Amino acid sequence: MLEKTGECRLLSVSSILGYGFPESSLAAGLARNPHFIGVDGGSTDPGAFYLGSGECLNSRKAMKRDLRLMLLGGVPRRIPIVIGTCGGAGAEPHLQVVADLAREIAREEGLTFRMALIHADQDRSKVSSWLGEGRINTLRNVPPLTATTVQRSSRIVGMMGAEPFMKALGEGAHVVLAARASDAASWAGCAMSRGLPPAPSWYAGKMLECGTASATPKGHDCLIATVRPDHLEVEPTNPARRCTPHSVATHSLHENASPTIHEEPGGVLDATRCEFTAVSERAVRVSGMQWRTRDYDVKLEGAEFIGFRAITICGTRDPILISQIDSYLQTVKDDVQSRASGFGVSPEKYHLVFHVYGKDGVMGAAEPIKQITSHELGIVVEVVAPDEEDAKAVLAIARVVIPKVDFPGRLCKSGNMAFPFSPSDIAVGPTYRFSIFHVVKPDSPYSMFPIEYEEVH
Amino acid sequence: MPKLSELAKVCKSKNAGPFEVTIDIMFDTKEIFDKVLKSGVLCEQLFAKLYDVNVKDVLFTPYPAALAFKGTIPRRVSSGDLGDTDVYGAQQHAPMLDVEIPI
Repeated sequence: MLEKTGECRLLSVSSILGYGFPESSLAAGLARNPHFIGVDGGSTDPGAFYLGSGECLNSRKAMKRDLRLMLLGGVPRRIPIVIGTCGGAGAEPHLQVVADLAREIAREEGLTFRMALIHADQDRSKVSSWLGEGRINTLRNVPPLTATTVQRSSRIVGMMGAEPFMKALGEGAHVVLAARASDAASWAGCAMSRGLPPAPSWYAGKMLECGTASATPKGHDCLIATVRPDHLEVEPTNPARRCTPHSVATHSLHENASPTIHEEPGGVLDATRCEFTAVSERAVRVSGMQWRTRDYDVKLEGAEFIGFRAITICGTRDPILISQIDSYLQTVKDDVQSRASGFGVSPEKYHLVFHVYGKDGVMGAAEPIKQITSHELGIVVEVVAPDEEDAKAVLAIARVVIPKVDFPGRLCKSGNMAFPFSPSDIAVGPTYRFSIFHVVKPDSPYSMFPIEYEEVH
Repeated sequence: MPKLSELAKVCKSKNAGPFEVTIDIMFDTKEIFDKVLKSGVLCEQLFAKLYDVNVKDVLFTPYPAALAFKGTIPRRVSSGDLGDTDVYGAQQHAPMLDVEIPI
């Protein structure tokens, strides 16, 4: 067990491992004698590709640079280092990449430490049986889960709460690398393992997981939070940044559905009555947050393969074509369909989408402005098909059809589109969607997240 | 009548998870925030109308501590799925800019 203290100082080095931070900010943070050093490792924000494919969001080089500085700062001083959602999506391949980096750095720098790896991958058959037992619930604005969707998932992770972190720290880990975790959970776990109550611990986590996003100017930099029983104080360690009551309050809006109600595993953090007070030019005290426990649930995230993508980019400067863009693109679509069917790729085997920039490329069907006023339009032609050769073949034939299709009043008889590149066809590779974003009632906060310990030297 | 683009300090959108987009409108002073709040123009119904979504699926929260309003709406297409146009949801704020506030 860790020693209980009246306050807990938590040093977050950046917003995501691999985003970087100034070395001087880490040094200034270390001078404050933090009890823990950490960083969040990921997010669902860049899309389902990372969970589905197992690729890391950030490069190995960038993650290794950040991790090396953290280990060199923490290990010799016996300050535990805690990282949640390793590698971007926090599935097993991502966790293993970061664990390998830690081992490499230990060898290169002659460091020894006890490392905990907390896993979060969830077996499809287990998720199916939870579904059958009625233990899975659907979140707001997410379609209900079906057994077929579970079976089609490429990979599923559970999002751990604070308890697995507390267990790993309590069992003597110096470096805790976790797979998918609630962004604030690693920090909440650190502070609670020192005896601090959940409300300020979770609130601190909400601040720390984003580095200095709660400071002004914002940026990827180090933030220190001091958690005490009824409040916390936050301060960027870089003197070029400061936290103000407004900058900290504003941060509650960031990527959350609600600024005041934050649902976490095992409870709800309620910030409705929070007060923000400046304690110096650069530090802010937050008090008044409340934690209400509720039935423990764990979010599941699953990614499903939707196909291989191929795209091409082109543009038109022809006003006659622009005036009839919708009917023209329908003609293109029909022509592509007939030619693709001719070489054996029927329309149910692919999706063909035109992203028309200058019309509704950014907002799609939600675009309220229907009239085009631009003198040129940019088009991204997108084909997605389960078979990679099909995707490439349909895209290639679309690239042939789109400049050549006739339309009423056509004067530009040599080609309807300007292509900026040769080759014009771009194979993007596999693509995924989030298919599972649901919550499950676990047997316990630990049951879905096995911990392995390893002596690294 | 002034538009939100003339009154707000920040008007932005971003994913709140892959199935929702959240729109934040923030003001410089408590005076303007209070006037906008009192006008009642910003509400669930406005978000539902501007983004053509069901009003019961909108989560709307005034947040005085940050002089801000937040509206969270369902995505038509989840982030990165087929037909999505904005993986991060960062460019869905524009319909808010022209909203007129009678103050």
